[in-house]
Amino acid sequence: MTRPARLALKAFVWFVCLAPLALLAYRAWTDDLGANPISFITNTLGDWTLRILLASLAMTPLRIVFGLSWPIALRRLLGLFAFAYVCLHFAVWSVLDFFFDWPRMWADIVKRPYITMGMLALLSLLPLAATSTAGMIRRLGARNWTRLHRLAYVAAVCAVVHYLWLAKVGVKEPYWYAVALVVLLGVRGWEWSRRMTRRRRARAETTTPRVGSRAENPLS
Amino acid sequence: MLIRHAPRFTASEITDPNLYLSRRELISRAAALALAPSLSSAATPATPALQALSATRNAAFSLSETPTKFEAATTYNNFYEFGVNKDDPSRLGHTLRPRPWTVQVDGFVNKPKTFDIDELIRLFPLEERVYSLRCVEAWSMVIPWIGFPLASLLKRVEPTGQAKFVEFTTLLDPNQFPAQKPGFFGFSSLDWPYVEGLRLDEATHPLTLLTVGMYGKVLPNQNGAPVRVVIPWKYGFKSAKSIVRIRLVSEQPRTAWEKAAPQEYGFYSNVNPAVSHPRWSQADERRIGEFRRRPTLPFNGYADQVASLYAGMDLKKHY
Repeated sequence: MTRPARLALKAFVWFVCLAPLALLAYRAWTDDLGANPISFITNTLGDWTLRILLASLAMTPLRIVFGLSWPIALRRLLGLFAFAYVCLHFAVWSVLDFFFDWPRMWADIVKRPYITMGMLALLSLLPLAATSTAGMIRRLGARNWTRLHRLAYVAAVCAVVHYLWLAKVGVKEPYWYAVALVVLLGVRGWEWSRRMTRRRRARAETTTPRVGSRAENPLS
Repeated sequence: MLIRHAPRFTASEITDPNLYLSRRELISRAAALALAPSLSSAATPATPALQALSATRNAAFSLSETPTKFEAATTYNNFYEFGVNKDDPSRLGHTLRPRPWTVQVDGFVNKPKTFDIDELIRLFPLEERVYSLRCVEAWSMVIPWIGFPLASLLKRVEPTGQAKFVEFTTLLDPNQFPAQKPGFFGFSSLDWPYVEGLRLDEATHPLTLLTVGMYGKVLPNQNGAPVRVVIPWKYGFKSAKSIVRIRLVSEQPRTAWEKAAPQEYGFYSNVNPAVSHPRWSQADERRIGEFRRRPTLPFNGYADQVASLYAGMDLKKHY
């Protein structure tokens, strides 16, 4: 992929990820946030956190299934946007919703499983955002860095469970996110098991004598 | 000699009445559309013009707080028959037809009767009462309701000694309530029709209001037209909307929410800051239109009037 094409792609991601914020700001400006604005803002930011987080986790499966390489270039950008949205989501909860009532919020984090899950998702994204620079990759070493960034899976699972557990009876959206996550993790699982069998087969071929080939050639 | 005639038509040839009725409806709607092109769906406001309803303010039963904005009270609703989102009832409420409407009052009563809604509205003097409404989802509103005590109606039908509970049933009609149609894989949010219930002493408490209007007008569809009940010391979902039947029974009714999630929504569901919903705290609430949360009061502030109904009961167990 050419450099201008990659830039255009990134610009597109910036636009798509910032558009919901711009729309939210516009609706706030025109007093169009509904009867319960704080709840509306919190829910909108939560929705977009989840969407962008799942989009970032969809990049590797796109490469696996369709053999595309450009999605990988967008992974970090999407991940950082997901982190930005979850920070805003948390800020609205702690400032607008509970107005710095830390004891009350702490009680909810400990006592309400869906809030515990939400906090876990936020906390697991924190080290990922902190180590997102090229310098940090170098400092950690590619192997450690890759291992650390598997926390993205933990974050996504916690985020989806957070939504499943907070939604009331009859709300279907969290199930769609759960299905999407299962598909995305399923593609990775499938790829992983394929790689494992290939590796096992390769090892078997190099270490054991080929019984079959000898049988084919009884005179050797 | 017996002469057998072949039947002039078979049962299968008879048009299903639902079919020709819906055809009639289609024609009349098409006609209405042709006559009033300005009333296309895009131009229909969230709440169409509502008929005014006059009532005398009952000051003794009214809060002195400023009511929530009408706009908020009619666009932020939980009415699962239209969908689970807060804006579904106001967006989709136009499918409900609150006239003609009847309310069947029966069960363990000496004088069972089916009331026409317009008869019901004229049966007793209408009062306006400003109540606070506390939703189980930790938000609240202040609403000027119009209605009369349910006790008046119950007295008229004369409950017998066997009547211990009152069961309310909401209209079951997927043509008027779109969310009553089963969705994907037969998925449905609740087991329709919506059923709610009260103990007889709760139902006859003077605060329990059979409600036909709000804000000086008849009830908008999204708020439970044409008749609902309002029980201000209980979470909002106890206050059944669009009621077609009020039945006096001897056993505690199984309510729609008890069936859906018994560990979360008990039969009593009195507003109680000391008993959390399993998933969130009920200690405080956001009054719609206000910024800071405010503490939730026991029995939603009506403890003086109703706490005695539950004397000796463990309200943590009977949540």
